[in-house]
Amino acid sequence: MEDWRKDQEIVVMEGRIKVPYRWAAGEVGTRYLQALRDEMRFLGTRCPGCGIVYHPPRRNCPDCERECGEWVELGERGTLLTYTVVRRHHPQLSPLPLPFGYGIVRLEGADTGFLHLLYEFQEGELRAGLPVEAVFAQEREGSVLDVRYFRPVREVG
Amino acid sequence: MGKRVAVVGVGMTKQRSSRPDVNGQELINEAVRAALEDAGISRRDIDAVVIGNMDHFEGINYVDTWSVDGSGALMKPIMKLTTGGTTGTTVAMAAYYHVASGLFDRVLAVGWEKNSESDTTGAIITAFDPFWDRPIFAGAVAGLALEATQYMHLTGATEEDAAYVAVRERRHALNNPFAHLHINLTIEDVMNSPYLSWPVKMGDMCPRTDGACAVVFASEDVVEEFPNKPAWILAVADRHLWAYTSDPYVNQAIENGWWFPALEWSAREVYDKVGIKDPLKEIDVAELYLPYSFAGLRYMESLGFCERGGGPDLVRSGATDMGGECPVNPSGGVMSSNAIGATGLLRVAECALQIQGRAGDRQVPDVKIALATGFGGCFWSDVLLMGREMPEKPRG
Repeated sequence: MEDWRKDQEIVVMEGRIKVPYRWAAGEVGTRYLQALRDEMRFLGTRCPGCGIVYHPPRRNCPDCERECGEWVELGERGTLLTYTVVRRHHPQLSPLPLPFGYGIVRLEGADTGFLHLLYEFQEGELRAGLPVEAVFAQEREGSVLDVRYFRPVREVG
Repeated sequence: MGKRVAVVGVGMTKQRSSRPDVNGQELINEAVRAALEDAGISRRDIDAVVIGNMDHFEGINYVDTWSVDGSGALMKPIMKLTTGGTTGTTVAMAAYYHVASGLFDRVLAVGWEKNSESDTTGAIITAFDPFWDRPIFAGAVAGLALEATQYMHLTGATEEDAAYVAVRERRHALNNPFAHLHINLTIEDVMNSPYLSWPVKMGDMCPRTDGACAVVFASEDVVEEFPNKPAWILAVADRHLWAYTSDPYVNQAIENGWWFPALEWSAREVYDKVGIKDPLKEIDVAELYLPYSFAGLRYMESLGFCERGGGPDLVRSGATDMGGECPVNPSGGVMSSNAIGATGLLRVAECALQIQGRAGDRQVPDVKIALATGFGGCFWSDVLLMGREMPEKPRG
């Protein structure tokens, strides 16, 4: 084919689709998010088969095929398992001003990791094994963003 | 039970940052025509088509039927698969299952993507859980950076170790006329490139690419009809971890000796099926889904090419370079071209070309066994082992 692009622009259609999804959290997710929103408490679920405490909570253990019926109260402190410092992000999607930390936190009493944001840390302070604590939002809506972020635990005098 | 299956034809488009001169069906058709021509057949000889991409990268949700103009599947059985980064290897495995079942003799596998048509980060976020991941999700790069930090913590590996992988991949791509990036990077270039998400820098990451790949799979009953030497599928395996971004970092896995359980279990399964004891020595070439540089260190360990923590020394020794013990990604790999739905299938296509001795300037001499992998979002894995000799029996 001859080069038809020489004298014309390629036609591009701009998409305008917005699909207003409405996701249901289910009973387990709702109970968790209500406790977070109303009482600033973290809850996990324990598998009666393997004993793993899941956080975020799971209704069913993916390994044991058992229903995780037991609710467990977790601490609002935890251990940082791994992390990164995000320096570039989609401006509309970025939940905090750049740069911000992003990591996996295992809360006290839980066996699994929780993805969340990290803030209020010094350069070079983050490391695997660092004790961190949750900072809650003033206005809470029933989402994981009811925790604004985790920060290193600072022992007060 | 079952049929033995070989790759008998391969087609790929040149991988490019943007292909506005073709729509999706036309892009697919370029690879399909090339594969059919390579196999010496027409679309009428094909019994079924398996196609894959990530729907939300193009915003087109019934690609199976929408693509029949390009894929050649008009009035044929077609099945669409979407499994994230592994889409291309999943397509290859499904085409293999079709033929191995004995129900189809000649199956065409197609993988494609036009990443230029959407916001890749926005689209990737739709692959993650709306409650536990999305509100805080910082994109694919940050997700990989979590793995990189964990790996550095566990092994003492450095950013410079990873830069060796980034440089190797781009150097190998210079031999591949189909690769998207043709840039001769140095370690300094990678180290001086800006941080996207510490410790991952621009030079450590794969590009976003438009491209397509098509592969013809044939049963042992018809393989002699084709002009190309068969590249046999020896064994395949795949494993999935749990559901959320935080799941792969659970310490129980590491305490139980598994650093990347999905890849380690899949690799162990194909090695056991084929009888591979020393993968680095017995495998002649590997085309691995390494989405960023640190993967090129850690996956060496997960694939049994070296001991835990041995990735940096292995890479620095040159064992994975062209001319080394087991060259990794002679094509330039994912860090040089990443049209996501095509990426995994390109690994399989490249392994076939290597086995057939048709890989041109990127050919590794005398390839008898080749390894292809696919990597997906929450650290799941596909693994395929391919070979020059027909297996004694079908292995699944």
